Amino acid sequence: MRLARHLPVTTLAAAIAMSGHAQAQTEITVATVNNNDMVIMQSLTEAFEEAHPDITLDWVVLEENVLRQRMTTDIATDGGQFDVMTIGTYEVPIWAERGWLSPLDNLPDDYNEDDLLTSVRDGLSLDGTLHALPFYAESSMMYYRQDLFEKAGIEMSDQPTWDEVREWAGELHGSEEGVAGICLRGKPGWGENMAFVSTLVNTYGGRWFDEEWNPELNSEAWVNAIQFYVDLLNDYGPPGASSNGFNENLALFSRGNCAMWVDATSAAGKLYDGNESDVADSLGFASAPVAETPKGSHWLWSWALAIPASSENQEAALEFITWATSQEYIELVGETEGWTSVPPGTRESTYANEQYTEAAPFADFVLKAIQDADPTDSTLEPNPYVGVQFVGIPEFQSIGTQVGQTIAAALTGDTTVEQALDSAQRATERTMQRAGYLD
Amino acid sequence: MTTLSSKTAAPRSVSGWRSAQSKRILLTLLGWSVALVIFFPIFWMILTGFKTETAAIADPSLIFSPTLESYQDVHARSGYARFALNSVAVAFGSTFFALLIAIPSAYAMAFLPTKRTKGTLLWMLSTKMLPSVGVLVPIYLIFRDTGLLDTRTGLIIIYTLMNLPIVVWMLYTFFKDMPKDILEAGRMDGASTLQEVFFLLLPLTLPGIASTGLLSVILSWNEAFWSLNLTTSNAAPLTAYIASFSSPEGLFWAKLSAASTMAIAPILILGWMTQKQMVRGLTFGAVK
Repeated sequence: MRLARHLPVTTLAAAIAMSGHAQAQTEITVATVNNNDMVIMQSLTEAFEEAHPDITLDWVVLEENVLRQRMTTDIATDGGQFDVMTIGTYEVPIWAERGWLSPLDNLPDDYNEDDLLTSVRDGLSLDGTLHALPFYAESSMMYYRQDLFEKAGIEMSDQPTWDEVREWAGELHGSEEGVAGICLRGKPGWGENMAFVSTLVNTYGGRWFDEEWNPELNSEAWVNAIQFYVDLLNDYGPPGASSNGFNENLALFSRGNCAMWVDATSAAGKLYDGNESDVADSLGFASAPVAETPKGSHWLWSWALAIPASSENQEAALEFITWATSQEYIELVGETEGWTSVPPGTRESTYANEQYTEAAPFADFVLKAIQDADPTDSTLEPNPYVGVQFVGIPEFQSIGTQVGQTIAAALTGDTTVEQALDSAQRATERTMQRAGYLD
Repeated sequence: MTTLSSKTAAPRSVSGWRSAQSKRILLTLLGWSVALVIFFPIFWMILTGFKTETAAIADPSLIFSPTLESYQDVHARSGYARFALNSVAVAFGSTFFALLIAIPSAYAMAFLPTKRTKGTLLWMLSTKMLPSVGVLVPIYLIFRDTGLLDTRTGLIIIYTLMNLPIVVWMLYTFFKDMPKDILEAGRMDGASTLQEVFFLLLPLTLPGIASTGLLSVILSWNEAFWSLNLTTSNAAPLTAYIASFSSPEGLFWAKLSAASTMAIAPILILGWMTQKQMVRGLTFGAVK
């Protein structure tokens, strides 16, 4: 009876409490990609929500290209579907210039902005103001199998050159059953083969555009670089190299099928993990090889968290991105997931942490590669663009993908290198004319 | 004469039986081969879901130690039930509304045709020829302004409109094949148009309507473009769930296969359970 009498009052009180609770809650939608570091971030949702009881997180995880298209549609139409977006170094300045991203000039004092690596911070800024916070950053470097090098009596130099690499690839190709001399990206795409090819062209002394935005894709430097790339992969690469991207080469190298591999520094943690890699014990690493110039020989990329200007939950979104890119978050991941799993390349403090440097022997090396990469001065001769492995203009996505396809055609032997580059030059000229860069 | 003719007829019937038999075997083999080729990608996907990530990307092999690792990962990472519920609501909801609009339309076109009926039908079908991406931005803006983004209602509207031409076409074909005399007899007995539709047309063409409905459910279930572009989390169906397992950095094939198997399982079971009705419906009126 007592219960029955009190029930309506209790229920009402509970309902009021719950509605009050619901009103105080801010739900933010975070759009991200399915990379390992982001999966860890997603798994730590509870930790964030416990520390910020007034905010709940809702995740939208999509494939990189689908996500990019989805976010572009939303942000361009002011849809307001996302509160936090995961974007790369390429998008940040372009989107910031169009006013699509909220400037991050109100970061909390304890965020320790000065701890962010300068090159990474600059890549995410427009006119000196950050428009996204770096979640993890990477450069490129060379991985090699020390056991094969020792067996063949080859000594890796501090700064290998591409000529040396070709010689070593020839010696090591087929030295064990199923071992290719070298693995490189061949799958067409501006973020796939063209990321690597751009660094190769840079170090061969080439550039995408001259200072007047005239394309230089059939210049001598491009022809030399691409001819070298095609010959190297056809002579000493794995079968079907034109369909290998980062993932395929990672699988090949971790199964022991490549003597050398030049790719993202973010692969190091996976290759050092004995559960994922058969070559963890014999893994060696070196700087990305150079040819004519060291400029632009290794890339710079970061995945960053940004707040679209259309978001209605600016404050809560800022709370989240400052948490996910903070020093405390990095320590939390180190303690819960292991120190090789921490998002690398963003903060000086990560590299000052002994637990990290002990667990990740490649740490200093990666730090140096990231610090050395200069997106504002990536080619031998001056250029008008920002970016090492990409050109920071909206048209580059289509240009890069188109050129990537013609280079893949040269790799498979469907066209010659000269034909491929002439056709790439014509297509790029047309695009640049239509976009108004050229008369 | 009789003896002679029966003597000559006997070898002919044996050879005829043999040739009919070998033709049947040949056709059966051909049928099985085509079925296997069509089913192979699904079979391989199911198999890959039980491999480890490294085994999934290694040289193709039928021999491996099966593991539920990928299913555990997929289960741990995201709420399958929420996505599945959205898929069910959106697929069946849009099919219901498509049939609701298409049945009267097809009735009118089949039994009360005008000189523009054929043209209207062709025009309806021509809307399917427009690439969806061409109308993405206008649709997105309409959805934004009407608050339909990331809602099941929004997806039901889009899928209803998307499937309507096919549903109308199929129903039109089924209705047209129905003898008009039956409807006329009903009319002479005093049946109203509604009674005619409910008590004569629908029961007699039920296999056709059922197979049309099933096809519409399957098309809505598998649709990815609109579901990826118009939803974020609240209304995201299983196609968005699958898309979340592809990764630009790291191995993902086993997990993607496990997620895809879980996503297609309900519709595969539904298709298997209703295959008799499907075949009956799709061949309905084919032999008159």
